[in-house]
Amino acid sequence: MENTMVDPKLDGLECVYHRPSETLTDTLLHYCPGCGHGVVHRILMEVVEELGVQEETIGVAPVGCAVFAYHYMNIDMQEAAHGRASAVATAIKRLLPDKYVFSYQGDGDLAAIGTAETIHTANRGENILIVFINNAIYGMTGGQMAPTTLLGMKTTTSPTGRTVEVAGYPLKITELVATLPGVAYVTRQAVHTPSAARFLKKAVTKAFQYQKEHRGTCFIEVVSNCPSGWKMTPLEANKWMEKNMFPFYPPGDIKVPHE
Amino acid sequence: MSDIKLMKGNEALAEAAIRAGCQAYFGYPITPQSEILEYLADEGRKRGMIVLQAESEVASINMVYGGAGAGARVMTSSSSPGISLMQEGLSYIASAELPCLVVNVNRGGPGLGTIQPSQGDYFQATKGGGHGDYRLIVLAPSSVQEMADFVFDAFDLADRYRNPAMILADGALGQMMERVEFRTYDPAARIPAKPWATTGKPRSRERNIITSLHIQPEKMEQINLRLQEKYRLIAEKETRSESFQTEDAEFLLVAYGLAARIAQGAVEKAREQGIRAGLLRPITLYPFPTDAIRTLAEHVRGVLVVEMNAGQMVEDVRLAVEGRVPVAFYGRMGGIVATPDEVVRALDVMVKKDVELNAEAY
Repeated sequence: MENTMVDPKLDGLECVYHRPSETLTDTLLHYCPGCGHGVVHRILMEVVEELGVQEETIGVAPVGCAVFAYHYMNIDMQEAAHGRASAVATAIKRLLPDKYVFSYQGDGDLAAIGTAETIHTANRGENILIVFINNAIYGMTGGQMAPTTLLGMKTTTSPTGRTVEVAGYPLKITELVATLPGVAYVTRQAVHTPSAARFLKKAVTKAFQYQKEHRGTCFIEVVSNCPSGWKMTPLEANKWMEKNMFPFYPPGDIKVPHE
Repeated sequence: MSDIKLMKGNEALAEAAIRAGCQAYFGYPITPQSEILEYLADEGRKRGMIVLQAESEVASINMVYGGAGAGARVMTSSSSPGISLMQEGLSYIASAELPCLVVNVNRGGPGLGTIQPSQGDYFQATKGGGHGDYRLIVLAPSSVQEMADFVFDAFDLADRYRNPAMILADGALGQMMERVEFRTYDPAARIPAKPWATTGKPRSRERNIITSLHIQPEKMEQINLRLQEKYRLIAEKETRSESFQTEDAEFLLVAYGLAARIAQGAVEKAREQGIRAGLLRPITLYPFPTDAIRTLAEHVRGVLVVEMNAGQMVEDVRLAVEGRVPVAFYGRMGGIVATPDEVVRALDVMVKKDVELNAEAY
């Protein structure tokens, strides 16, 4: 749905975008400049607003930078213990099967401490959406190595760069999840350009549709940045992400439902 | 059809959960309480309950968080090592003030320990267990009948105070069979409205948020003060205990759960030997019946605490008695259950000491 309208304050210019008025609060984001979280929050809430499902949607926030997601998303939300968002979401969905339920989790939350919950939620084919923000670092605690940190990547706990000998390989949990038969839809997206953000919005819209159709678990990874943790400017971070993250975590659909 | 049945403690508890209107059970198998999950997977599902065997106790307790936060009457059960895994989740549930029932069918520890009955989890159940200042409402059944009865009570208390409630049983109470009669209970009339639950935000109200995070210390202190006030209120209104032959008692036994049944046998045997013994059985372990014990301590020569552990509740009894009279302890550990004769011998020691110390009085 195009949000096109004429605003008198724009002096005759056409307004081509309005932020969601119902589903996003006016609270200022606490995220660092250039961080992808704000864009992903906005896209999720745009979809909820455009589908008219604010009353039907319940979100689960993680522990990590997005722990305060409920400050910004104007929907009923629960804040889960570290790694357990998909278990919390499982119970909400089982008890309120007609509602849309999503969890929103970072790489440490979903792919380290919460790996068991992630895999088993997906393996049960819980009819929820899992949004997975992968920026290959622990942002909130100050830039430590994550399960998805790339080989050679420097963090505060891999100060000379991640090595296989010390830390093993970066975990491609999204590909792992895609192998499970209960999982309906797996895609990897990004939000560093307007076009990438539009692709993500389409993916989120599809995931809500699949949830309505009881297709099974939908899993959307968003490859994102962490200018503060990576110690780069936002622009440098996005360039570094394209150059280094995308070859290992290539954007695109990994599993789509049979029509 | 009669509602009197012969059942295992675990099954009676599970049947009571269905009758109490429990909407969902999340759990993981562990001896000696797997019958709860098994009974509900069969009978509970047939009668409309959501029963999910989770991937771990960690997942189970976080499912309880999600389900309780969504406004449903929910529960989990486990035994000691599994309850240890749930402690983080219990801290979050207590902080977010979510009503739920957690059942611990206590087995012997520490570590993997044994599958035999124990009361080694008293500290964990009554002192917090997880991180931060919080309390569970803890009920200690001592019969299969109470395994059923306390399910209704625990759910009602949890809802009344928006607080997690625990039934702390042990492996023997879970496994033994006794007569049980189920009370008449109408969940629709008992379960309160939960306007705070995350059921989807209509335009007519602000969004509901279930969280335990309050990053501003001033706010977190206020939350703590409110929780402490709630615990004080629970202690004032909900403390429960039962007395047996305490009216003329010179020596008071204090024991809960299975140990209270053994202590009751010991009281009867001691009285046959001419020792005027009585028993105070705490029914709520938190809140603890401090006043009842203190009052009785005014009228006895000594107190003997009997537990199936190394001496845990005895610390709370000493705090209640405040040095008025000697407090002794008798316990067996590691899954061993004391006999009434052993308890009487321990009582004899106390009586003899009392005679030596107070020769003139005799």
